[in-house]
Amino acid sequence: MSTATVEVPPAPLESRVHYLNKSYGVKAWLLTTDHKRIALLYLASITFFFFIGGAAAVLMRLNLIEPTGALVEPATYNKLFTMHGIIMVFFFLIPSIPAVLGNFLVPMMIGARDVAFPRLNLLSWYVFMTGGLMVLYAVISGGVDTGWTFYTPLSTAYLNTHVMSAALGVFVAGFSSILTGLNFVVTIHKMRAPGMTWFKMPLFLWSIYATSIIQILGTPVLAITLGLVAVERAFHVGIFDPAVGGDPVLFQHLFWFYSHPAVYIMILPSMGVISELVTAFSKKRIFGYSFVAFSSVAIAVISFLVWGHHMFVSGQSVYAGLVFSALSFAVAIPSAIKVFNWTATLYKGSVSYDAPMLYALGFIGLFTMGGLTGLFLATLAVDVHVHDTYFVIAHFHYIMVGGAVMGYLGGIHFWWPKITGRLYPDGWARFAALVIFVGFNLTFFPQYMLGYLGMPRRYAVYPPEFQVLNVMSSAGASILGIGYLIPLVYLVWSMRYGPVAGPNPWGAKGLEWKTPSPPPTENFEETPVVTEEAYAYPDGRQAGALIEAKESQ
Amino acid sequence: MWHGFPLRPDQASTIARGVDHLYYFLTAVDLSFTVLIFLTIFYFAVKYRRRSKDERPPQISEYLPVEVIWTVIPLFLVVAMYLWGSSLYIRNSRPPTAATEVFVIGKQWMWHLQHPEGVREINELHVPVGRPIKLTMTSDDVIHDFFIPAFRVKKDVVPGRYSSIWFEATKTGRYHFFCAQYCGAYHSHMTGWVIVMDPVEYQHWLSGAVKGESMAASGAQLYQQFGCISCHGTGKGPPFAGLYGKPVLLNDGQTVTADDDYLRESILDPSAKIVNGYTAIMPTFRGQITEEQLLQIIAYIKSLGTAEGSLGKP
Repeated sequence: MSTATVEVPPAPLESRVHYLNKSYGVKAWLLTTDHKRIALLYLASITFFFFIGGAAAVLMRLNLIEPTGALVEPATYNKLFTMHGIIMVFFFLIPSIPAVLGNFLVPMMIGARDVAFPRLNLLSWYVFMTGGLMVLYAVISGGVDTGWTFYTPLSTAYLNTHVMSAALGVFVAGFSSILTGLNFVVTIHKMRAPGMTWFKMPLFLWSIYATSIIQILGTPVLAITLGLVAVERAFHVGIFDPAVGGDPVLFQHLFWFYSHPAVYIMILPSMGVISELVTAFSKKRIFGYSFVAFSSVAIAVISFLVWGHHMFVSGQSVYAGLVFSALSFAVAIPSAIKVFNWTATLYKGSVSYDAPMLYALGFIGLFTMGGLTGLFLATLAVDVHVHDTYFVIAHFHYIMVGGAVMGYLGGIHFWWPKITGRLYPDGWARFAALVIFVGFNLTFFPQYMLGYLGMPRRYAVYPPEFQVLNVMSSAGASILGIGYLIPLVYLVWSMRYGPVAGPNPWGAKGLEWKTPSPPPTENFEETPVVTEEAYAYPDGRQAGALIEAKESQ
Repeated sequence: MWHGFPLRPDQASTIARGVDHLYYFLTAVDLSFTVLIFLTIFYFAVKYRRRSKDERPPQISEYLPVEVIWTVIPLFLVVAMYLWGSSLYIRNSRPPTAATEVFVIGKQWMWHLQHPEGVREINELHVPVGRPIKLTMTSDDVIHDFFIPAFRVKKDVVPGRYSSIWFEATKTGRYHFFCAQYCGAYHSHMTGWVIVMDPVEYQHWLSGAVKGESMAASGAQLYQQFGCISCHGTGKGPPFAGLYGKPVLLNDGQTVTADDDYLRESILDPSAKIVNGYTAIMPTFRGQITEEQLLQIIAYIKSLGTAEGSLGKP
């Protein structure tokens, strides 16, 4: 690999045809079946939703500066947290890595031209946007205040807001998730390049595969549940409302049967990204490949058996509580295995601090803290106290924002040169990663303490003794908000003005780096043949390699 | 705990200290793992930082013993957490038999509480220190949740069924209680105070408070007023005396216990469970009887005591 050090200035991007400049115009984008263009459609859509959901969070944090509510009426506050939850969960986090990076990378990483069903792939974006517009309609026409959890009988019999359009919007968007999952499963099974066996696949693909399984098996249950909510609301059929003979706790079983695995739809793909980043920026094979791969599968399987831990205080029996507690602890093991293996991958590596790696290290730290505080919630006697308090809010934001969003941003920064063909300013990117890490901890760490002190979640006003910690959290949120705006600015800037990246700016392994940036529409000029393991970075222990390395200096 | 910046709520019930000890244990384990991971990453990231672009690190990528170690150690730790957390939970959820029962009805957006002696309160609960109190709770509308941080207890208050928590206060004082399950527009206003009093003071408060009739006496009146007596007092329906807590044989061969939820169901949906030897002639009282009246009738039945044997002809 001594040729890698010879600096050849990359050719200007417009001198050759690639997926971005092959055709222009609105139609060429809205009717595309190219998985890379569909990835960019998703990227634009979910970025839009992210900033809408983020704006709601900013207003909530502003309101909580004062115990009596500094900004809005309680009814408005309820609409804000509902909008924040629905948009962030269903229209940002769930599609984030699978629909953007997954769409772009799954075919490239296995050496295929496209996904198995390209037109279905486009359809899933339209379905997603339809659901998104329905939810936006609910927001614009007055809002909805069910909470993202749609608990019954509040949602079916007591609220006069736009519950129907919001619930049906989520229902519709779910189909997009199912179709994307289905597409990836078939693609990974059937379209791998010659030589790309399962155990030569990059770990990102393992985690996307595990995620897809959850999307296919879990999402229909959510669709059924929201369908039943709509039926009860529209026709007063007694399903969940005890006043007409229903069972409100049944709703919680059905809802969490999907929505707990959904947490893993959000975090598993991020774990996959982290495996790619940690290897690339320490030039090392992943430590314990098969342990990391199978822990993804283990997490996906166990995730279907732990929904009852959302119901420890809802009146389910003591025995059900004991079983769900044990199963919830079981998830901790594969999660811990991943963290240890990533850490071990750094050992004796060649660790660089490029921006994507800072996000990856941030992920490992924040995910560790989020995962470990999950143990408090699995512990029955402690959960009774912290259930439905800010402790829970802090815990799942550490997982979903500290984990999933950090992984997503790390992935975006890692593959940005591949997607656009251009580099972003590295100094700004590292600065933003730092601002986000600090802002995040300032926002959410005080919330753990608030939770143990007993502040319930979803409170528009609160007793004055909780004010100090709330003000700290709000101050952190303003830093975090700025942290998220910085990448938006320099990434957009780099699309036009960034230096040309070349095919492999990081010196990373993987098929996607063996094709030009941006890639041609068909991804590879000829179908690649895979002969080496994933992350086959040259081994310094081999004598030849050492000499070669010295000679090339 | 330094003043003005507490790290935990008051420990004001018999179970609070035990929950806190477990919480400290979990915090200690979590902190040590967090510090371990952070320091290791920091150390590796500095020690093995890239010094030249052409570095070729040794490809160490598998070592079974460490995989086993970092699987087994966390496994032991979570088993310990599970056993400690579960045994404490089982102990904490079992109310002492001698507990005084207070009835709680949640409705958007206030709490109605009624003492067995008949005293009613809204958003306040006066209790004596050092005596176990059991709250029997239901909701008039949506799901609420009764949460007293200083006592470390919390339970959803679900419409259509009874749930309960118990506590024994150890310190006099005023302690917040909150609705912890989002219940609509004024969820965050659905809060109140538990006022823990010295037993003598409590008796004083109780006798000075405006009192209605006791729960059981009100129930006895309803027993007449709703005409329950015309069947349940004549042998056409199962008798109430000694019924509470007794096993009941049903006409499908099943046996159930005559607890709060069974009695409630039998009033609202009489044909759901028919006592063996009786016919399904009772009309439903759904829509005619309030949650409060239901609790009063149940209190009346309870006041008639528990007899030996079982109900329902074998």
